[in-house]
Amino acid sequence: MKRVLLFLPLVVALVLGVVLFAGIGKDTTTLESALIGKPVPAFTLADLHDAGLERSNDVLKGKVQLLNVWGTWCPACRDEHPDLLRLAKEKGVSIVGLNYKDNREDALVWLNRLGDPYSTSLYDPKGTLGFDLGVYGAPETFVIDAGGVVRYRHVGVVNQQVWEETLLPVINEAKGNG
Amino acid sequence: MLPRWLAVLMLLFSGAAFADVADVYDFDSAQQEERFQSLIEELRCPKCQNQNIADSNAPIARDMRDEAYRMMRDGASEDQIVDSLVARFGEFILYKPAVEKRTILLWATPFIAVFGGLLVVIGVVVRSRQSGQKAPALSAEEKARAAQILDGDEQDNRS
Repeated sequence: MKRVLLFLPLVVALVLGVVLFAGIGKDTTTLESALIGKPVPAFTLADLHDAGLERSNDVLKGKVQLLNVWGTWCPACRDEHPDLLRLAKEKGVSIVGLNYKDNREDALVWLNRLGDPYSTSLYDPKGTLGFDLGVYGAPETFVIDAGGVVRYRHVGVVNQQVWEETLLPVINEAKGNG
Repeated sequence: MLPRWLAVLMLLFSGAAFADVADVYDFDSAQQEERFQSLIEELRCPKCQNQNIADSNAPIARDMRDEAYRMMRDGASEDQIVDSLVARFGEFILYKPAVEKRTILLWATPFIAVFGGLLVVIGVVVRSRQSGQKAPALSAEEKARAAQILDGDEQDNRS
């Protein structure tokens, strides 16, 4: 019995080692959204293309869509832009754009020059909807189901790999039971 | 090289660079300002993750401070402000996580460690006492021999 007890510190050290080792290299900078399973917060924002047109939560209902948060000040948004265009044009993915803390002229120039992947563009210069969504760094991409409920949030650039391994499965699931 | 008087002047006013973030907001009372300051020091910035929102210069930290300030001016309690921010950004922003089923182990670990350490210390002390008492007593034969040796030493010393 005493002999066995002598090995206790070794066992504790091994368990701690395994637990701590598992944490090494984990990406702690991407957080799961607090809104998963909850509806997109109520909003009224102007359309990016038409300042007189007010948009509300209705644009995020009716089908499974992506909500992409972007700004012209965000270099990573430029990186993912070709991928978003490809998703919209080739895969027929419906993407709602949320122009976040930006100004209208710059945003429109950007879309005219680089192409417009968005079915609808919301203009959020003060970042109110972004704040309610818990956006802490652009680009962020939300998967919204047909009921307007947040299913997933991806922080960072959307590329081929993210699309295939992360977003597509979530979208298929949302389509399956929504 | 700066003229000396300019350097002294710059040093004199450098204190302003360390002023509290709360100074940029207007408060009804010093007490309210103190509440605000301690609240924003308890909340973690989701962008620069090792800073609280009082220290962080990230735009999101500023938005969170503004929202906390707005709610406090509207008469919200600390808990209401924290809840509304957690609803947006998640529990990650809490330096002090809530005590609930999921976090109970986190809160209990220090107590478990101290309690375990106490048990070990008590065990060691009790065992050493017991082994002290149980030291094998000398048999009658050994006692006689010990006395003989001691006596013998005395005699040796005398002679």
